Amino acid sequence: MESAILRTENLKVSFGNTLVLKGINMDIPEKRVTAFMGPSGCGKTTILRAINRMHDLTPEAKVEGKIRLHYEDVYEMDAMQLRRNVGMVFQRPNPFPTMSIRENVLSGFMLNGIKLKKLEKEEITEDALKKVALWDEVKDKLHVRSTSLSGGQQQRLCLARAIAMKPEVILLDEPTSALDPLSTSKIEDLLYELKANYTLVIVTHNMQQAARISDMTAFFYLGELLEYDDTKKVFTNPKNEKTQNYITGRFG
Amino acid sequence: MMPRDIQGLKRRRAKDRIFSAFIWCLTISCLLVVTIILYYLFKEGISSINWALFSQNPKPVGETGGGILNAIVGSIMVVSIAAVIAIPLGVSVGIYLAENRGRKLTERLAVAVDVLQGIPSIVIGIIIYVWIVKPTGKFSAFSGSIALAIMMLPPIIKNTEETLVLIPRTLKEASLALGASYFKTTMKIVLPGGLGGIFTGCIIGIARIFGEVAPLLFTAFGNPELIFDPRKPVDTIPKVIFTYASSPYNDWHRIAWGGSLILVVFIILLNAVIKIFERKWRVQF
Repeated sequence: MESAILRTENLKVSFGNTLVLKGINMDIPEKRVTAFMGPSGCGKTTILRAINRMHDLTPEAKVEGKIRLHYEDVYEMDAMQLRRNVGMVFQRPNPFPTMSIRENVLSGFMLNGIKLKKLEKEEITEDALKKVALWDEVKDKLHVRSTSLSGGQQQRLCLARAIAMKPEVILLDEPTSALDPLSTSKIEDLLYELKANYTLVIVTHNMQQAARISDMTAFFYLGELLEYDDTKKVFTNPKNEKTQNYITGRFG
Repeated sequence: MMPRDIQGLKRRRAKDRIFSAFIWCLTISCLLVVTIILYYLFKEGISSINWALFSQNPKPVGETGGGILNAIVGSIMVVSIAAVIAIPLGVSVGIYLAENRGRKLTERLAVAVDVLQGIPSIVIGIIIYVWIVKPTGKFSAFSGSIALAIMMLPPIIKNTEETLVLIPRTLKEASLALGASYFKTTMKIVLPGGLGGIFTGCIIGIARIFGEVAPLLFTAFGNPELIFDPRKPVDTIPKVIFTYASSPYNDWHRIAWGGSLILVVFIILLNAVIKIFERKWRVQF
């Protein structure tokens, strides 16, 4: 495989006594879109949230095995440093409601205590909002509260918020599941463009979405990685029977 | 069948109407009580509201006139110091309770807050007397502030907790996912989102202690002079009302009514402030 930016080694995650991920080994290539697919409860969100250590917040969650970012074990790294390098977009748009659009884009810097000059702020805001194709829609109202935007716009704002920090990897947890089809296709177009500069990992329920935008597709089932290959191969010629059944809509 | 059904329906409708009327009557009578109290207070108190009431200290018995400047200053001092002590403490406890739900300490803490709310104010006064006044050997505004700070804590803690619990977990996660620390997340994301509720809790706390006299009897005690030093005993508005209303002098009764009116107007103003800021700081999640 071409250069892997992320690698999991026998990754196991359990909540209390329930083993949710049963030893996952996979390499995620740099500057590609990798889709995690599978029926509900298969562990795809769990593995995504293990990458940027969001399970640290859940006392009963236990992570075993290793995840390496550039060969460095993320569970040995400083969690804050890691998360600055690995951005995340959530299932439901969650812009900070007390902040304006501009403040939301710059919130990563503010929350990390990074002081910016006025000119830098303007540049970063414009750049990030242009990258998510939101600039033209909001450039005249950067000071208004972020919650006045539509759901699709809010989600693009959240993407801009993550991009502004210039992370290497962006994790997306079903980013379009709460959006209408038009907003969904906008986000998908964006992800396709963003992979030139970022490594994207997207969890999705939507098979067409995985087929449309991803380079690699991983199929999870009951906490195991059943199939992981080029998206084309997975969709046209799956090796595993379960994958085939899922793709053809026989279950899921 | 039909006629009987309709008859039953009629009775049910009648019951319904009686019930509604009953509720309406009770509501109105409650409103009426408040209105009568306010009316009476204004009627008796308005005549004693004059510049002297706010600008002069009390005069000795026998001399007419005088005011309660010393008590107004005393009340503001005692309550301000109490607020400075109680607000950071109460908000911190509220944050802890909201952030650590389901833990044993959280449950115990919540029970302790409920118990604290139920402790009679006179008991808190006695405890502070034993803990602070006796060891230091003197009554002081500061000891009164501590007693009032304890009384302020429950509403601040509860309001903070209840507001912060409503803040979606995903917002905290969004902040942490950007690499923010727990501290920054709390200060910049969680607290601003709950500002309205926390502020309301603080104002309710202040309103609760502003009219208290029992905890101050053994602590701030009383002082007919104008005092700015929290180490000395001071008068407060409720204390003046208590002393003057139970005196045999007509002139003093008048001043007690004036003081009561000031207290009530202040509480009404605080309530108006709460309404304004709740609206202004409401956050749509």
